[in-house]
Amino acid sequence: MIPELGHYALVLALFVALVQSGVPLVGAATGNAAWMGIARPAAIAQMLLVLVAYGALTWAHVVSDFSVSNVVANSHSMKPMLYKVSGVWGNHEGSMMLWIVMLTVFGAAVGIFGRNLPPSLKARVISVQGMIGVGFLLFILITSNPFLRVVPAPLDGNDLNPLLQDPGLAFHPPFLYAGYVGFSVAFSFAVAALIEGRVDPAWARWVRPWTLAAWSTLTAGIALGSWWAYYELGWGGWWYWDPVENASFMPWLAGTALLHSAIVVEKRDALKTWTILLAIITFSLSLMGTFLVRSGILTSVHAFAVDPARGVFILVLLAIATGGSLLLYSVRAPSLKTGGLFAPVSREGSLVLNNLLLSTATATVFIGTLYPLFLDVLDLGKVSVGPPFFNATFIPVAIPMVIAMVVGPFLAWKRADLLGALTRLWTAGVATVACVAIAAYVTNGGGPLLALVGIALAAWAFFGSIAEFAERIRLFRIPVKDSWNRAVNLPRSAWGMTIAHACMGIAIAGMTGTSAWQSETIKAMKPGDTATVGAYSVHFDRVGTVQGPNYSAEQGVFTVTRGGNHIATLTPQRRSYPVTRMTTTEAAIHTTWLSDVYVALGDPTQNGTAWTVRLYHHPLVPWIWIGSLGMMLGGLVSLSDRRFRVGAPERRRAAKGTLQPAE
Amino acid sequence: MTRKKRRLYMLGLALLGLGAATALTLTAFEDNIVFFFSPTQLQTQDIGDRNFRLGGLVEEGSVSKMPDGVTTRFRVTDTVHTVAVSYRGQLPDLFREGQGVITEGRMINGVFQAREVLAKHDENYMPPEVAAALKEAEHFKANSKEQKPSS
Repeated sequence: MIPELGHYALVLALFVALVQSGVPLVGAATGNAAWMGIARPAAIAQMLLVLVAYGALTWAHVVSDFSVSNVVANSHSMKPMLYKVSGVWGNHEGSMMLWIVMLTVFGAAVGIFGRNLPPSLKARVISVQGMIGVGFLLFILITSNPFLRVVPAPLDGNDLNPLLQDPGLAFHPPFLYAGYVGFSVAFSFAVAALIEGRVDPAWARWVRPWTLAAWSTLTAGIALGSWWAYYELGWGGWWYWDPVENASFMPWLAGTALLHSAIVVEKRDALKTWTILLAIITFSLSLMGTFLVRSGILTSVHAFAVDPARGVFILVLLAIATGGSLLLYSVRAPSLKTGGLFAPVSREGSLVLNNLLLSTATATVFIGTLYPLFLDVLDLGKVSVGPPFFNATFIPVAIPMVIAMVVGPFLAWKRADLLGALTRLWTAGVATVACVAIAAYVTNGGGPLLALVGIALAAWAFFGSIAEFAERIRLFRIPVKDSWNRAVNLPRSAWGMTIAHACMGIAIAGMTGTSAWQSETIKAMKPGDTATVGAYSVHFDRVGTVQGPNYSAEQGVFTVTRGGNHIATLTPQRRSYPVTRMTTTEAAIHTTWLSDVYVALGDPTQNGTAWTVRLYHHPLVPWIWIGSLGMMLGGLVSLSDRRFRVGAPERRRAAKGTLQPAE
Repeated sequence: MTRKKRRLYMLGLALLGLGAATALTLTAFEDNIVFFFSPTQLQTQDIGDRNFRLGGLVEEGSVSKMPDGVTTRFRVTDTVHTVAVSYRGQLPDLFREGQGVITEGRMINGVFQAREVLAKHDENYMPPEVAAALKEAEHFKANSKEQKPSS
């Protein structure tokens, strides 16, 4: 009964979405306040109905209702409760349900929090959100209905792919989707602005918090996915330039560009058409990511099922959303008035540079990801594009981006003095040189030269961001107490920027450290053997068996020592899941926060007395995730800025003069 | 600075970026594209000393561990031809005889030295490249049967 209720709610949600996408739009066009007023209750009703449907599906998973085919295919009565809940989105149908939940939550949030929006803009934004909802609800109901029954109901289910039974991955999809779908709000605002034919600083101020929220959660989602790949796949890598990873990375890059160009619209009323275009591109890339991952044309853990109908459906949705909005853009964008002027060397100029580099980076990732698919479709051969390509194209673009990232905030709006900015950065320059010297000394010149470039960039980003903050609070130039007061009174967005930029430096240090200086030992080890990795020696004590709730595992016990001192006892496992007949490798990791010692227990040799053991020493690797979390935190701090909440979002007619005291 | 001049600057910058990106991409493509071949395709094509991907099924009964305990030898087949593969390292969890596999590496003295054996995440999953290669091999077999009905 409950699954039918969910199904029914989903169908109702579709009808509400249809009303939501049509009525407010007509209302806004004709100036009918009552029709525009439909937007908010419709968005809320749609969210509630979708939540009911999602709740019904979760219920079926939690009570293991094996008359529902989705539960049969992806659950098992012995599965731990956490994975019964996360298993709802650990499959194609359920993940699309999560997608639509996010979409409607964002839509309703615009309705609830957008009190200060002009009614016509608000109606149009919510209406566009409704259209996206219609597309995806149709997609679920036609091609991916999670509420289908099986008769007769089997006694037990097929279990969830064991690789997905992991706490890190349990929370990866909600964050990632909140990010993907969060960009739909920026998209809806862009389309609504094109329909209205008007973009002004107030518009940018309304768009920024949504973009910030989406960007922050997407950052967390990508970081969680990377962390999972690191410890779960047993290979010790954190990023593979896999098409599925790229699918999430492209919206992130474009979203980062959008975040920055919206600042220019807000402060200087310039770059308006470009910002609109970016908003469209960012969400289109999110949709494309959904298409790539969900259509099954990519080989990955995310490709749950290969069903051409689904791929075609999402492709059509993508074509309508992207094609339609770009068409609207080409008609309306030229009529948008261009705003403030600025010299190439200025804050605006630096943000333009940031945007150019980020777009170029997005384009290189895009080409590398889609080129093989393109060749395959045209039957021109099967190729793959791997990490060497991305390293060769992405890194050269990223380097100037990071250098400029530090200099940009020192530049004044409109026209700036580059030399002056650089002289104010001398402390950061000294700190950078010092860091490179330390790195070269510690590693004794080991590793590629590019590693030192990486460390230099990381230090530059970190210390440069701190220096900018110190400059703002006039540290050491006025009494410390006054500096403190200044810091407390700085807008949260300034804090957010400093945190995000500095943490980017931390993340770069982590990426560089582990890529350049990791050491790896692969060895067949018997209990009693000792191997060395980096400065550590690892002793293989014994192997035992451990019984989990729905798996049994071989567990190795390893003692890690350094110079005779006991460091840690590690217990990596090889789990076998009888239901799916799959084996997973659970690596054991000891972290010192400066580096990780990583042990993975591989398969036993033929006579069963020895095991293939992988040992890694990953310098600085935890910093990747510390840095990513810090970037997310920066986004959230910036999001809490009061100008996004209080009074600010009222459209000021005499905006130009009051916006920014010029220089 | 006039509006026109500013636009020109912007355009110049954008073109510069685009040009640089294109140049980067083209050079990177030249060196870093990895082609996929099936064992049958390897018979007719001379690949030389180049990195490529080899895919097919792991032949039943062909997997053996070398005495060092970490090198594995096996054969990849598309049911018509087979190629010997040697790989040093830990195999993915789902590596099994009779299953589809994709490996990346080079041919050295007639043996494919794999640098990487790609992990498959689902045991029922067949990599599309391998599926296509097998289909082609089937086709090839059917054709050769037609030509020599006696065999």
